[in-house]
Amino acid sequence: MTTPLTPPPKKNPLKRSLTPTSPPGVRSRATLGLTAAAAEGRFMLQTCAECSTVQYPPRDACCECLSVDLPWNDISPTGTLLAESTVRTSTNLYFRERAPWRLGSVHLDAGPTIICHVHGDVAPKSRVILSNRLDRSGQGVMIALPEQRTPDMEDDPELRAMSSDPKHRRVLITDARNPNAPTLARALHDAGATMIFVGESETWLPNPQRDALSAIPGVEIMALDVTNTTSVKELAGEIGGKVDILINNARFVRPGGAMARGDVAFAQNEMDVNYFGLMRLAQAFGPGMCARTADGVNSAVAWINILSAYALVNSADYGCFSASNAAAFSLSQNLRNDFRAAGLRVMNVFVGPTEDDWHQELPPPKVLPPTLARSVVQGLRHGLEDVYCGDVAKDMIERFRAGPKILEREMTTGGQG
Amino acid sequence: MSTLTDLTLRMASGEVEVVDLTHTLDPDFPVIILPPEFGQCARFRMEEISAYDHRGPAWKWHNISMSEHTGTHFDAPSHWISGRDVPNGAVDEIPTEQLIGPVVVIDCSEGTTEDEDFELTPALIEAWEAEHGRIPANSWVLMRTDWSKRRGAAYLNMREDGPHSPGPTPEAMRLLVEERDIRGFGTETVGTDAGQGAHYTPPYPAHYILHGAGKLGLQCLANLDKLPPTGAVLIAPPLKIRNGTGSPLRVLALVEK
Repeated sequence: MTTPLTPPPKKNPLKRSLTPTSPPGVRSRATLGLTAAAAEGRFMLQTCAECSTVQYPPRDACCECLSVDLPWNDISPTGTLLAESTVRTSTNLYFRERAPWRLGSVHLDAGPTIICHVHGDVAPKSRVILSNRLDRSGQGVMIALPEQRTPDMEDDPELRAMSSDPKHRRVLITDARNPNAPTLARALHDAGATMIFVGESETWLPNPQRDALSAIPGVEIMALDVTNTTSVKELAGEIGGKVDILINNARFVRPGGAMARGDVAFAQNEMDVNYFGLMRLAQAFGPGMCARTADGVNSAVAWINILSAYALVNSADYGCFSASNAAAFSLSQNLRNDFRAAGLRVMNVFVGPTEDDWHQELPPPKVLPPTLARSVVQGLRHGLEDVYCGDVAKDMIERFRAGPKILEREMTTGGQG
Repeated sequence: MSTLTDLTLRMASGEVEVVDLTHTLDPDFPVIILPPEFGQCARFRMEEISAYDHRGPAWKWHNISMSEHTGTHFDAPSHWISGRDVPNGAVDEIPTEQLIGPVVVIDCSEGTTEDEDFELTPALIEAWEAEHGRIPANSWVLMRTDWSKRRGAAYLNMREDGPHSPGPTPEAMRLLVEERDIRGFGTETVGTDAGQGAHYTPPYPAHYILHGAGKLGLQCLANLDKLPPTGAVLIAPPLKIRNGTGSPLRVLALVEK
């Protein structure tokens, strides 16, 4: 049985914080398919288009018939643990610091046998579910989990190292004025977050959500305006050393594309909040978080951007807002590069139209705060990089993958249907 | 001794005091808030260009951005639709002699303490004149409310039905503009009009009547309690922005002790 994690003791100020180390991060181009699948929590393997053999490890030609037509497909993750071993020391620093580490081989029902990490609750020779996860180097790796849930199984050290679980961690939600803030804060509290800092801009204006937020245990409202560099730096100076998970929910949205607007004023607001806001937060909070990714139970673990699904392709009715989100999406990829060495996960949650004042004219389905909060918490627990929240976002990514140009044409009809 | 030499000597000796009527330009200083579908007033922002570092080793400087109507600021006639056709109605066109001149202060601070929607009325102006004499033509008229001492949310005092703060009635503005021919009108609140000024006829009477007649506005003033009712000189030159409708500025008053 997994030993449940206990709340971490206060840090010993005489002890040096560990410098983050990474598991091996080099992969072949073919193997990056595993990483892409793990980024969104899918279990996928190559399946030969000619002879249907399921492949592992990923490769460039079929191990049966040498065909090079090896598309990635969702595969049933069930199998049986064949053999296992526990590594007690390693020449690799990351595993050396975390030993003992359990490994094993799993015979997948779909065919191949896979060397993988093994959860502590998996009994010898038992049935398992393989989970494809991103490790701290941001690469897809397999971990065998017990077929049935076990108590506190998410506290298993191997599994926790492959997640961004909010349990016992401290969170910063950047915008107390976003209608989703109280629901997000409540969900993080329910998921075990110990402190939930919520940034509030312009304290000289009433915030109707202040009471709802203050009522949530662990919530502390702090002054933060992502459009004000000084404000972002000041808050990072104050609490930057204890932000383990940063959720950037700050957003400025107005309907309209370039031609529907007579000026660039709202577009500047959109860029200032949605794009430069992310950049200011990253410059202020990123270095401190990257330095603390090996800091014990409440180490810094994830950076979450709530982006519009219109970051993928421009939605004409929200043309300028879409552009600002495309910019933020691109910046998030840049941050992934910069946070990679520290193992700080950047998770983008793409949402379709949200249920708020600025999407009032759009028909349902619209994303409600509880749906978003669920996506955020699940994404953290699974250590994901890409989450598509709500029917519109899920539909959009599927259509985007099928053909970005076709989707672009569908989204830019010029009002002609 | 020339007048100017005399003045500078008196300033040096403290007989003439220079009073700063300006709030610090600060990112957290409130700006006017309009319904969110309208364009909004930009807050003051400052971004570092360099600070004696790799971006510029021996110097520190910032880029700043704001609206023409952020912080302690000046309203030109072209700010309002009633003043759109006033000749020389933009900040760069206003004759420079209009930027320094006599100022009178009507103290409404007592009434404002009791009533946040306190109105400056013709009766109050006439009562002030009974004590201090008729408002001279081409004077600045400042409405002292001590509102500048308010901080945070109490400054805009925003509620479900909009902001609540003191200001002049349309009749008071007509009296000042049409019968006293003032130079301009200034307040300590975020605008020259009352918080509920949209509900007068005409809406926003201070803006409408002042600027329609080519008169000037000042708002977000501070330290009006340090000015005498009459006899001070106001120095209020806006930035020379081409076709600017207003400008943040440093407002100073010369006060004889």
